[in-house]
Amino acid sequence: MSGALRVAVDREACCGSGNCVRTAPEVFDQDDADGLVLLRRSEPAPGDWDAVRQAAYNCPAGAIAVAGP
Amino acid sequence: MSDTLVTPIPAYPFGNDGPEPRLPDFGQEGVGRVRLPTGQEAWLFTRHEHLRELLRSPDFSSDFSRPGFPQIRPMPKEAPQRDGSFIRMDPPEHTRFRRMLTPEFMIKHIRTLEPLIRQTVLGALESLRAAGKPADLVEHFAMPVPSMVICHLLGVPYADHEFFQQRSRVLLAWASTPEQVQTVIEELREYLVRLIAEKRRNPGDDMISRLAAERVETGEMTERELVGLSVLLLVAGHETTANMIGLSTLVMLQHPAQLERLRQDPALIDDTVEELLRYLTIVRTGLTRVAVRDTTVGGHRVGAGEGVIGLLSAANRDEDVFTDAERFDLARGSHQHMAFGFGIHQCIGQPLARAELRIALQELFNGLPELALAVDPSTVEFRDAVVFGVRRLEVTW
Ligand code: HEM
Ligand code: SF4
Repeated sequence: MSGALRVAVDREACCGSGNCVRTAPEVFDQDDADGLVLLRRSEPAPGDWDAVRQAAYNCPAGAIAVAGP
Repeated sequence: MSDTLVTPIPAYPFGNDGPEPRLPDFGQEGVGRVRLPTGQEAWLFTRHEHLRELLRSPDFSSDFSRPGFPQIRPMPKEAPQRDGSFIRMDPPEHTRFRRMLTPEFMIKHIRTLEPLIRQTVLGALESLRAAGKPADLVEHFAMPVPSMVICHLLGVPYADHEFFQQRSRVLLAWASTPEQVQTVIEELREYLVRLIAEKRRNPGDDMISRLAAERVETGEMTERELVGLSVLLLVAGHETTANMIGLSTLVMLQHPAQLERLRQDPALIDDTVEELLRYLTIVRTGLTRVAVRDTTVGGHRVGAGEGVIGLLSAANRDEDVFTDAERFDLARGSHQHMAFGFGIHQCIGQPLARAELRIALQELFNGLPELALAVDPSTVEFRDAVVFGVRRLEVTW
């Protein structure tokens, strides 16, 4: 076991595309007030890891960082 | 270097006349020089990985008033008013406008519009039926649906659709002269100036009224900027999705086994929409940028002031990312496609476009189970413009 997957988002860089919310709704949300990304879980459940990695890859603004396995 | 002297530089754009995009053969490197109709030369990038790097890089600008910006059409002598058209801005200006619109287009907000979209789609389907078969799907269904929806969202009277559809068409056509482009931009701006003045007197429950009250009144945005921003949303909001609905219908009808698969398993609709976006990539001319400093893309040197084009349709056919990329396969799960672009300018309207496409295709194929082309597919005429599409699509049912 190499530990848990950790996610961080950069709201300054986010352009509000909503891609991450479509890909991993358990982990990402958009702020009602400004439409920018909100993290629901910084240590997502293992079942969401693939979706989180995909969300980071597809984030147009490069605003999602993933660390861990 | 001597290479460029012997090898003729291909002319760009390549021209398009069908669902399959025309792509250059630049070998494994996937990068080459092209000559634009304005006489300029530019780098054309085609690999998915290179486009990811290019479109996320702060070393490139979207501002076409910068020296060296690759112009595919000659520009009007007097640069048209562009205030508020943030698709052609860089940060921090771009960020300021984009942030004002993000809440309007976020997934949660678009979800609340779905009943309205469905009602609009069903109404258009009714008018298609009423037209009697055979009928032009573009005129009765593909155009009216996104036009009505964007009108509702912005607060633009749909009764004026002939006015703005005709202007949008001229704005996006390659054949338009710089003077024609200039004229239609001015006409669209004048139309919105009047509409905004009216909204400021009598606000409605719509985006233009909200932006006028919350951003113009407060001094965050000038009225001219709201005019430019509204023109951008009005044009981008209907031409793109309309062309996608028309072309998607054609592709589905030409792949009956895939259509049958979707009918058997309606849950495939989301993947179907993504695959159609990838397969068709209607922004066929790709995205133009200029380097603001010496930089590299995928190890290729690009000098400050050199123009580049990221060919989305080629990236969406990159075999390293999409196996058998030329095959239309609605279950492939084409999530990495670039039909909406990439980087900070990635389409802000994508949640709306996806909802419209999903609902339009669902209701069309459910409501008209016998839907078929009424003409020989080889006679279908295409519109090769800034946004690619079908001119008419005669169907029967
Ligand atoms: C299937 C339909 C659509 C496609 C394929 C599409 C494609 C694109 C692409 C490729 C870009 C990136 C341009 C660039 O980087 O230079 C873009 C940007 C944009 N799109 Fe769309 N679009 C679609 C629908 C819509 C809709 C429905 C709207 C709604 C109003 C819209 C509004 C915009 C705006 C305002 C931008 C500029 C965003 C920015 O610069 O930050 N689009 N679109
Ligand atoms: S995918 Fe990236 S840019 Fe889009 S909302 Fe999520 S964090 Fe923001």
